[in-house]
Amino acid sequence: MPLLKVSSLEVQFDTPEGVVKAVNGMDFQLNESETLAIVGESGSGKSQLVMAIMGLLAENGSASGRAEFHGRDLMQMAPKELNAIRGRHIAMIFQDPMTSLNPFLTIEKQMIEVVMHHQGLSRDEARAHAVEMLRAVRIPDPEERIRQYPHEYSGGMRQRVMIAMGLLCEPEVLIADEPSTALDVTIQAQITDLVSELRKQTRMAIILITHDLAAVAEISDRIIVMYAGELVETGSAEDIFYRPQHPYTRGLLASVPRLDRVSDDELQAIPGNPPNLQDLPTGCRFRDRCSQAMDECLQRPPLWVSEDGRMSRCFLPMEGGRIANAGASEGDAE
Amino acid sequence: MNQEGILRHAATRFLGLIPTLLVLITIAFFLIRVAPGGPFDSEKVLPPEIRTNLDAKYHLDEPLLMQYFRYLGQIVSGDFGPSFQYKDWSVNELIRRGFPVSGTIGGLAMLLAFVIGTLTGIAAALRQNTMLDYGVMGVAMLGISIPTFVVAPLLILGVGVYAGWLPAGGWDWSWQRMVLPVVTLALPVIAYIARLTRGSMIEVLHSNYIRTARAKGLPEYLVIWRHAFKPAILPVISYMGPATAALITGSVVIERIYSIPGLGSYFVQGALNRDYTLVMGVVVFYGVVITVLNFIVDLLYAWLNPRIRYDELQ
Amino acid sequence: MNDKATLSVDDPFAAAMAAEDIRGRSLWVDAWHRLLKNRAAVVSGVIMMVLLLLVVFGPMVLPWEADFTDWDHTSSPPSLETRHWFGTDAVGRDILVRTLEGGRISLLVGLVATLVSLAIGVTYGAVAGYYGGMTDRVMMRVVDIIYALPFMFFVILLMVVFGRHIVLIFVAIGAVNWLDMARIVRGQTLSLKNMEFVEAARACGVGHNAIIRRHIVPNLLGVVIVYVTLTIPQVILVESFLSFLGLGVQEPMSSWGALVNDGAQDMESAPWTLVFPAVFLTVTLYCFNYIGDGMRDALDPKDRV
Repeated sequence: MPLLKVSSLEVQFDTPEGVVKAVNGMDFQLNESETLAIVGESGSGKSQLVMAIMGLLAENGSASGRAEFHGRDLMQMAPKELNAIRGRHIAMIFQDPMTSLNPFLTIEKQMIEVVMHHQGLSRDEARAHAVEMLRAVRIPDPEERIRQYPHEYSGGMRQRVMIAMGLLCEPEVLIADEPSTALDVTIQAQITDLVSELRKQTRMAIILITHDLAAVAEISDRIIVMYAGELVETGSAEDIFYRPQHPYTRGLLASVPRLDRVSDDELQAIPGNPPNLQDLPTGCRFRDRCSQAMDECLQRPPLWVSEDGRMSRCFLPMEGGRIANAGASEGDAE
Repeated sequence: MNQEGILRHAATRFLGLIPTLLVLITIAFFLIRVAPGGPFDSEKVLPPEIRTNLDAKYHLDEPLLMQYFRYLGQIVSGDFGPSFQYKDWSVNELIRRGFPVSGTIGGLAMLLAFVIGTLTGIAAALRQNTMLDYGVMGVAMLGISIPTFVVAPLLILGVGVYAGWLPAGGWDWSWQRMVLPVVTLALPVIAYIARLTRGSMIEVLHSNYIRTARAKGLPEYLVIWRHAFKPAILPVISYMGPATAALITGSVVIERIYSIPGLGSYFVQGALNRDYTLVMGVVVFYGVVITVLNFIVDLLYAWLNPRIRYDELQ
Repeated sequence: MNDKATLSVDDPFAAAMAAEDIRGRSLWVDAWHRLLKNRAAVVSGVIMMVLLLLVVFGPMVLPWEADFTDWDHTSSPPSLETRHWFGTDAVGRDILVRTLEGGRISLLVGLVATLVSLAIGVTYGAVAGYYGGMTDRVMMRVVDIIYALPFMFFVILLMVVFGRHIVLIFVAIGAVNWLDMARIVRGQTLSLKNMEFVEAARACGVGHNAIIRRHIVPNLLGVVIVYVTLTIPQVILVESFLSFLGLGVQEPMSSWGALVNDGAQDMESAPWTLVFPAVFLTVTLYCFNYIGDGMRDALDPKDRV
């Protein structure tokens, strides 16, 4: 029984220039203790996807579909019910640690309110727990530093505080929306290590949103690749890295500079730009940039599925797969 | 670490007060001296010897610069000199009579403005783009557009004369006579604070840290009260300084319309009668009040906003 | 790449200027469209136009002169038969004509005093922002000090000291009101200063004054327009305050503030003497505020208060 089951999730925004559909029918599942990476360029819809699930969409956004957590649909919940789950069973950390913490409150206040509210701890108990969590994420001198304000921490430290804050109630799922994008590379490595440790030491499931496919190689179990609001490929980490099916995935992998294959060739970027969501090409959304585009690609490509959960939305055949029946729920194949 | 920041901040600001006050006094002094006519011109024609004596007594025959320094010295020792106009009174005494009245009205108006302004502003922000929001903001816009001297007569007519609920003017320290002046004076400030608060709250509600607070599963009222309120209020706190100045200015008209014997009306009378010392005294006095209040507001702001304290230390 | 124009790379300065022009033009068009969508601003604009026409042309077509005293109809209420549509005051002068002519003065003062403010404020702010450093700090410190003074009191002092000449009113109000403009302009200049086209100009050896004149000032237009629109009502308000206190324009000229003062004295017996000028004054201020707000939103939607 999957922890989180998302079906037909669509997200759209009401803008002065018209309605923009950011996510176009996503289906996926998250299992217990699994680390799922959702990879895509900016504008692929990966962040809006999880915002919708968590009920954090902007005012002009609306979502439809289902997101079942332990069988209960998060999208239909009343605010009170949703609040009982947010922070307690599903925690989320965000991309920009500089602005994601309230500059007017001490770290202590921001952390203890989570456990005091959700688990009814007393102030002292909450404080002790928070200090321990800060220590666990390697914040030096946590008893002293917990009384400081966010601007007294560095960017990397702030992100670690965010992670610590997310872990306070020992949630079943941690959603990390591009946790290290806004930080420099050395800090990125620290965050990656932290996530790695979390995987080893807890039974928590993790959803990692990122644009950097290479960064999640070591720490994800499964990967979903998104493009222009749709799922284009999914599979285990090994499958994606060693046997990528979709041209976009292949393009992403090819564009990563590699130390082991030193060559004088130029970096291989995927030509072109991500599409304007209000002006999408007909048929396959990737065809304008695809090196293997064919005439068929003017039609909407079929979804290939396989027994072990591999999927690819393309006209190119997937090894070991069959085309899912038109109208069949993509979730059935998992 | 925080304490040091605040203290250093306070000290810097405090030193800044002095040039301000100096400029204030100087400009006012020379302005009124430049005015044609002196304090005794409106009197019946005096025989020249008496005139000379009076001039000497009030040091009006000395070179301007000397009078200036003499005046500065006096001010520093807290003496504003005698009023030229009200022969038996010193300016200090006049201020002591007039300020409690003006101060009470002003203080109450400020309190009213702050409380009602912030509450309505927050309400409008929480119900953005609803009828409540448009209604509140429309009324607020009206509030800053209608001049006090238009509202006052209307209120007097409506509430005082026709409905007879409240007296139409005068002053006897009773609360009935306080209501209309305080409300009239407060109106434009309420309106401004409401708009300010609304805008500020809306902006705060869009920040990332509010999103984090919601993601933590906190109920909305806690998100607003604990996370949004303080940052949203900051611009209003900053505004308290200029607000005080606005209230002081407005008091002139209010006192005229409601026949209230406050400092503002003394000032206007003094200006019209070229009562140098009184005018100077009031200007300096109010200047000090504004400057001190600005200073307090500054400290308050620094206390509420941890980043400022930090920046000072850098 | 920008496919809307071909930029010659031979002359980087010209290229930068051309790019600025293109960006500039579409900015204005965008802003205009946004402004038109703001209903409150549009309605206010229309009302102001109508008011302007009334005020300028009204007294010419009406049968009464502003100072004509109709002894048969003193303090008479508005009526159609007497052809005093707004009624008359205690000495029989027609309120409608007086209100419209008062409007001329009020609006004139508003405009001219604002222009004075503008001239002083823009120059001061642009110079401070452009030169930066110590010059800027000193100049802004001066602004801070002046800002702290009870400005109304100074205007009153000025009026008392120098008499109630109308030109003086323009200057007095304008001279006291330029501070906000200076601050805003300085802020804009500071950010403009660091933009590429200014660097390009400097690289080509264009002098400081020319840069301020040719590049910085035109780009301040947006921000300045917003503040002019918001300053006009403030100035009109100040003038009305003065007139109300008896320190404004002298008879026989009259402004809305003076009319309200007169009206307030008779308000129990002849409320129309108060109501009409008060309404005109209030509506004008209200509309200007909405227009100013609308312009601010149109030119920079983020800036909203």
